[in-house]
Amino acid sequence: MTEREVKKIGVRELSPIDVYMLLPKTNCKECGEENCMAFATKVVNREVVVMQCPPLLKKEYEKNYKQLSEMLKPAIREVTIGTGDGAVAIGGKLVMYRHEFTYFNPTAIAIAVTDEMLDEELLGRVKKTQEFTYEYIGTVLKLNMMAIRSTSNDPEKFRSAVKKVAENTSLPLILCSFNPIVVERGLMAIPKRRPLIYAATKDNWKEMAELALMYDCPLAVFAPNDLTLLRSLVKTLTEYGVEDLVLDPGTFPSEGLGDTINNFTMIRRAGCNKGDELVGYPLIATPIVAWTEPTDAPEVNAWKEAYVASMLINRYADILIMHSTDGWVLLPTTVLRQNIYTDPRKPVAVEPGIRIFGKPDENSPVMFTTNFALTYYTVASDIESAGIDSYLLVVDSEGIAVDSAVAGRKLTAETVAEAIKESKVEEKVKHRRLIIPGKAARLSGEIEELSGWEVLVGPGDSSGIPKFLQEKWGPQKS
Amino acid sequence: MREGEKKAGIKFDPELLNILTNFEEIELEDVEIEFGDLELWFQPGSVAAAPRVLAPLKVKPTTILEAPFIPPIDTYPGQIAEVKLGATKGEGGTRGKSIIIGGEKSPAFYTFENPTSHPPVISFDVFDSKVPLAKAVKMHVKDVLEDPVAWAKLSVDKFGADMITLHLVSIDPLNPTPSTPKEAAKTVENVLQAVDVPLIIGGCGDPHKDLEVFEKVTEVAEGERLLISTVTLDMDIERTAKIIKEHGHVALAFTPMDLNQARQLNRRLFEFLPKEQIVMDTTTAALGYGLDYAFSIMERARLAGLMGDPELQQPMSSGTTNAWAAREAWQKMDPKWGPRELRGPIWETVTALTLLLAGVDVFMMMHPAAVKTLKDVIKELTGKRGRGEAGKIATWIATKI
Repeated sequence: MTEREVKKIGVRELSPIDVYMLLPKTNCKECGEENCMAFATKVVNREVVVMQCPPLLKKEYEKNYKQLSEMLKPAIREVTIGTGDGAVAIGGKLVMYRHEFTYFNPTAIAIAVTDEMLDEELLGRVKKTQEFTYEYIGTVLKLNMMAIRSTSNDPEKFRSAVKKVAENTSLPLILCSFNPIVVERGLMAIPKRRPLIYAATKDNWKEMAELALMYDCPLAVFAPNDLTLLRSLVKTLTEYGVEDLVLDPGTFPSEGLGDTINNFTMIRRAGCNKGDELVGYPLIATPIVAWTEPTDAPEVNAWKEAYVASMLINRYADILIMHSTDGWVLLPTTVLRQNIYTDPRKPVAVEPGIRIFGKPDENSPVMFTTNFALTYYTVASDIESAGIDSYLLVVDSEGIAVDSAVAGRKLTAETVAEAIKESKVEEKVKHRRLIIPGKAARLSGEIEELSGWEVLVGPGDSSGIPKFLQEKWGPQKS
Repeated sequence: MREGEKKAGIKFDPELLNILTNFEEIELEDVEIEFGDLELWFQPGSVAAAPRVLAPLKVKPTTILEAPFIPPIDTYPGQIAEVKLGATKGEGGTRGKSIIIGGEKSPAFYTFENPTSHPPVISFDVFDSKVPLAKAVKMHVKDVLEDPVAWAKLSVDKFGADMITLHLVSIDPLNPTPSTPKEAAKTVENVLQAVDVPLIIGGCGDPHKDLEVFEKVTEVAEGERLLISTVTLDMDIERTAKIIKEHGHVALAFTPMDLNQARQLNRRLFEFLPKEQIVMDTTTAALGYGLDYAFSIMERARLAGLMGDPELQQPMSSGTTNAWAAREAWQKMDPKWGPRELRGPIWETVTALTLLLAGVDVFMMMHPAAVKTLKDVIKELTGKRGRGEAGKIATWIATKI
């Protein structure tokens, strides 16, 4: 059996024809596509949704529309928390493994506050959460939610804390208490914000269900390390009329971590691959639990929280509740999430060719890098921020970073020599001196031979370019 | 109910009655009632609604409805090969113990399905000559940077290394004075004498020079079951595989993030070596620098192997040290991103854990804290520690931090 057949286990094998047959087939172009078949292909690739076909929404196609919606329904229900522009969608997963298709709706990261924090700390954490940004390959990484925990179990204190948070951020909220009276008071403070209620348990499910229905909110279900209880609660709550559920099988950061990983994995497999609709809901994990363990230093808790979070991003968590606001904890977490939720169907590469920075002249330096997007953006931003007038050749390495491309012979003296020729950079500069990445040093001799250019081995990391140029590329030499 | 029954003059099925007592209120939906079926009394002044189609039978449960969870167990036609690294005296070498990796019957840590056959192991990096290292790593090994023997000993004695990877970077023809195969082999012998854990021997990445060195090394370390890192498609595969076979070692088949090349290389190696002497490495990219590729390639390889692809059933190795290539791991950044002494090792840890969950069996790593974390997690995931007791986290919401 080959890998191709492995795919069939998980992926929903839907062909554009299946979709096309149910479309109006009028090729009206109202959706913006050339014809219905093109639209069907995009629907199957999840690039558009069927609602974008205006005729399909007419009464006469009602049946087809319903059928298509059912056919395209994700294995894992999509649940929306919050309202309007600030809303966050979670779940909506089609497959268990990202290589089978792609993961939609990146794991939402919530930072927790409590109803006993003093204003300064509470608002400080809200501000930090809102202002967290990190630029990464042309996108900005962000945090997504605030979770308010009732540590006081006092309805009035909770109401006040929820109100304060809501007034200071438009991020969606999670209201955390097992006491329905406390939760209700919180909901009354923000009746229109559609927060996630955390959580229904075996003891309070009925009251929580009533609140979820009354305030039209999604509801989390908490059954630590007891999947039969979890599934039973889901059945009960759905029968009760609550549709938007989020499941928490418990996060055990130390003893029981194995159970945690198993539970998340089993739930997702049952939901995606075994058609078990009772567990086909988004999952919520609580790495914050790492802070309940006594340790010698807060860094120890933060360290554990960081790595448990990363494991659960890999193993299917759709929401994470975290305590730490430390950059060194949240940076790897948000970068990993970005990586795992990248569309594996699209290579992360930029167009090969020549790029011009500033106003280079015939004496300006010529450098090269690969077309792996991350490498390119890193090098480009270093050149830009240093304000260096120069030419940068982007060599096609099939979207692989310099060191791996050299090791894998995707980047060779031949490809570099070819890139020099193609770019016509020889018409732009008088000199014939090429600065190559330090990690491609191995190729220097061959590049000189094949291109006839003199090679200068540049720094191992592009942050060293300004210093390198200062030392090795004086105007007297060029 | 019984009272109501008498009044209404209707008999209910006793089972239905039982079910109904579980619910507080009942709404009838999709029940059509014809006019003639009902006698209606109109109260004066009240407005009667016309009989209509009612909502479906919507009953709100009053107790938890049982719905057992059945673990979704699969079976797989394939199994990952078992490979033994290192050889004891009894096995023809001089190691204190040998280590078996691989043998998986399920995806990584699906222990609800099958126990982990052999826990993954971690090998500490040691370099035979001075290399640039991140500050966070350097501080732990600064006294031994130019002494691979002392470095290896420190890794085993102080950091509890299961294995040592000796990188023979000094042989690189790009060095002003590259060391000779004989010199490199001597270093290997010295390290073998200094520590008794299994060794991985790394070359410099030059396909010709590496082979020359491996020829000498495999010979002087006869029978030690070294893991020879790496064998690549552009090497003389036949010659390399033959010396590995002849002297009783194991090949580490390295390919650049491409499953077809991984298959191709394994296929070539199968001509000369049994499955028990091949480990594969499909390339590790750092968190933020292509980890998504590395992860998915490994996950695909492992699933394909389990589904019966005979060319992808080798245990997997990861050069996790590549995590340190990420700028976020070693660079000084704005203070809000924390000290690099923490950022660096967590970067290596997250890279490693991601690949652990994809199915890696041998990790080559560098930072003691990252290695310790990985070892702890592996113990938890293989069930060597306690279970998840609900009571421990049942009240997490109210915890004061």
